[in-house]
Amino acid sequence: MERKIKVALTGKPNSGKSSLFNQLTGLNQKVGNFPGVTVDKRTGMCELDENTLAQILDLPGTYSLYPRSLDEKIVAEVFADRKGIYFPDKVVLVADTTNLKNCFLLLTQLIDLKIPTIVALNMVDVAAKSGMSIDIKLLSSLMDVPVVFINARKGQGIEKLKKLLLLPLKVSERKVFAIDSEIMPAVNEIKDKLQLSSDYESYQLLQQRDHFNFLTAEQKKFIVDLSKEYKVFPGKYQGAETILRYGFIQEVLNKIIIRSANPEWNKMTHQLDRLFTHKIWGYTIFFTVLFLIFQSIFTLAQIPMDFIDGSFASLSNYLSNHLPHGPLFEMLASGIIPGIGGIVIFIPQIAILFAFIAILEETGYMARVVFLMDKIMRQFGLNGKSVVPLMSGWACAIPAIMATRTIESWKDRLITIFVIPFMSCSARLPVFAILVALVVPDVKVIGIFNLQGVALMGLYLLGFVAALVTAWAMKIILNVKERSFLIMEMPTYRMPKWSNVGYTIIEKTKTFVYEAGKVILAVSIILWVLASYGPKDEMNGAKEVIQTRNIGMNLSTDEINNQVAAYKLEHSYAGIIGKGIEPIIKPLGYDWKIGIALITSFAAREVFVGTIATIYSLGSTNEQPTIKARLQSEINPLTGGPRFTPAVGFSLLIFYTFAMQCASTLAVVKRETKSWKWPLIQLAYMTGLAYGLAFIIFQILS
Amino acid sequence: MVVKNKTVADMKPGETAIIVGFSDDQISVKLLEMGFLPGTSIRFNFKAPFGDPICVSVSGYDLSLRLDEAIVISILN
Repeated sequence: MERKIKVALTGKPNSGKSSLFNQLTGLNQKVGNFPGVTVDKRTGMCELDENTLAQILDLPGTYSLYPRSLDEKIVAEVFADRKGIYFPDKVVLVADTTNLKNCFLLLTQLIDLKIPTIVALNMVDVAAKSGMSIDIKLLSSLMDVPVVFINARKGQGIEKLKKLLLLPLKVSERKVFAIDSEIMPAVNEIKDKLQLSSDYESYQLLQQRDHFNFLTAEQKKFIVDLSKEYKVFPGKYQGAETILRYGFIQEVLNKIIIRSANPEWNKMTHQLDRLFTHKIWGYTIFFTVLFLIFQSIFTLAQIPMDFIDGSFASLSNYLSNHLPHGPLFEMLASGIIPGIGGIVIFIPQIAILFAFIAILEETGYMARVVFLMDKIMRQFGLNGKSVVPLMSGWACAIPAIMATRTIESWKDRLITIFVIPFMSCSARLPVFAILVALVVPDVKVIGIFNLQGVALMGLYLLGFVAALVTAWAMKIILNVKERSFLIMEMPTYRMPKWSNVGYTIIEKTKTFVYEAGKVILAVSIILWVLASYGPKDEMNGAKEVIQTRNIGMNLSTDEINNQVAAYKLEHSYAGIIGKGIEPIIKPLGYDWKIGIALITSFAAREVFVGTIATIYSLGSTNEQPTIKARLQSEINPLTGGPRFTPAVGFSLLIFYTFAMQCASTLAVVKRETKSWKWPLIQLAYMTGLAYGLAFIIFQILS
Repeated sequence: MVVKNKTVADMKPGETAIIVGFSDDQISVKLLEMGFLPGTSIRFNFKAPFGDPICVSVSGYDLSLRLDEAIVISILN
């Protein structure tokens, strides 16, 4: 008979919780969401022995049960809801040994909640290096909880922790916090009515009822009525409670610390800080790092991307040669497979970007970036913590928007989410590449810089400026009087743990594949249907029309087929829509062919390239020089000159820089903001801005 | 004689002081939880290039604070 226990890992941020989680679960981990809220839920399985399986839940880092952010709120909720599905059988409190005081606040709260807890003292190696020495047995008896030393980074002490988890675990007999006698009657009434197991649990409900979604309306009313009667308002006793707890903790620490840390031990961190937050060197280093990330995304990712592109093309080809033809086959070869290919192609860039972000976070440098950028970002209604999500936006808006969850202030978070899609993501790059090659001459400026490269950089910069200006405007329009905070720990610098970096890459890539993937795939299939079907008569007659049109022209079968494909696309539903919107996009310099490409871009922007290739009878090529040559030779029937004049090219570049053309982003924004209001405003604003600016550019240049 | 309370925002890099209290209830609960306890010593480490935020050491670790937050912490030194 296999036994299964539920274990929750908790502790303050930077205590090494994630390292321990990775050590315990390895690759057996899943990231999902807590129901109803957008907080990452990381769970994994760990085999404690042949008969016992532990389901490990990695809770978001928090200093106490009184939450400051969405992430922290979930921790209070998990521990307060004994009947909830996430309520653990056992809790492991991960503590940073070099900084026990702050780690033990939560521990004393868990003790008062009567939740069976094991303390894992992490980073013992760093503590040893600092010259610190503590009496672990005394700690265990003073707190009345089992205590183990671990080194989660090196995997030491993990076996011992697993053994402890197998043993029966009693709750601590200590009572740290004495509830104020004037509200004790209310605490007792709630405890009796809801049949709770500890006074402190009842006290928590009284103090933070608004945070707990598991309470029924009736229970909530009961508690609210009681708190009115006893004049309890949220946070009334919180300060006193914290002081009392820290008093207890200090007493314990005075007894257990045999030798305290040498204050010089983290001298290195202070020296590095002087460099990394220096007014000149700090920014120089930060921008060099950004430049390095940028370079890597573009150059390193190219090889795997070409490979993926090639593989999916040959898979499509293989299938078309080996499967019986028919509508189902067509959908597979031209709808589903390219759709999946369109998702997979972004994985290298996303993986590389998150590798860098994970390394910067692991080393502790990211906190310094937040520190360095906070004042500047605040001028624009953002926050130092907006920097990482905005940077992630260069790879893909989906993980970037999800990365905003660490921003405590709702207003700052909303503004960050709103402007992220202006950051030029990987899907825009293929579109930029082809259009820039078309309208910007391939020459060197000032001897070294390639003009095309400069133009590309300019587009990225333009997106970034749009993000800042929009954020600034939103700050003024929203005018919310919500205080935002930056009380943030500056962790000690250390070498990154590479396996943690690896897990982050896997986690973020998975998020992208599942979140963006399902929408991209669905939209690809819909668009494929729109582009392959149309009013019957015209679609069926495609081949005859093309053949009669080309009598005596001596064309190869391929050329005929490509022309048939173009003809079909023109007369498909997508073609009809493209022609339908032609009057609207004409002021921007586009015709219906470009219109079709704009519509299909809604699956993912890079589909533009493939659609353009089909519509201009190139077959399904993605060869840039071929497409470029074809576009250059296209004639505008109205003017007799080239179709893709610089005016049209720049107008399109501007449109793609600003327009909201990504269905997956809208879906994620809807989920994170919990309403359609913001994604719809975003869609209208960004597309409106794109239209206006593209119009101006086209009118000026033509 | 009325002396204006000195706060963490008035401190200079390298300076140390003892925390005596807070002038804002809303932030004080958060600061308390992070280890800003009355009676504890606090060290002003350095400030960001534009003077805000600042980095302080308290209760054995380094933290960043905005000046808006630092100004509510009264000190003696």
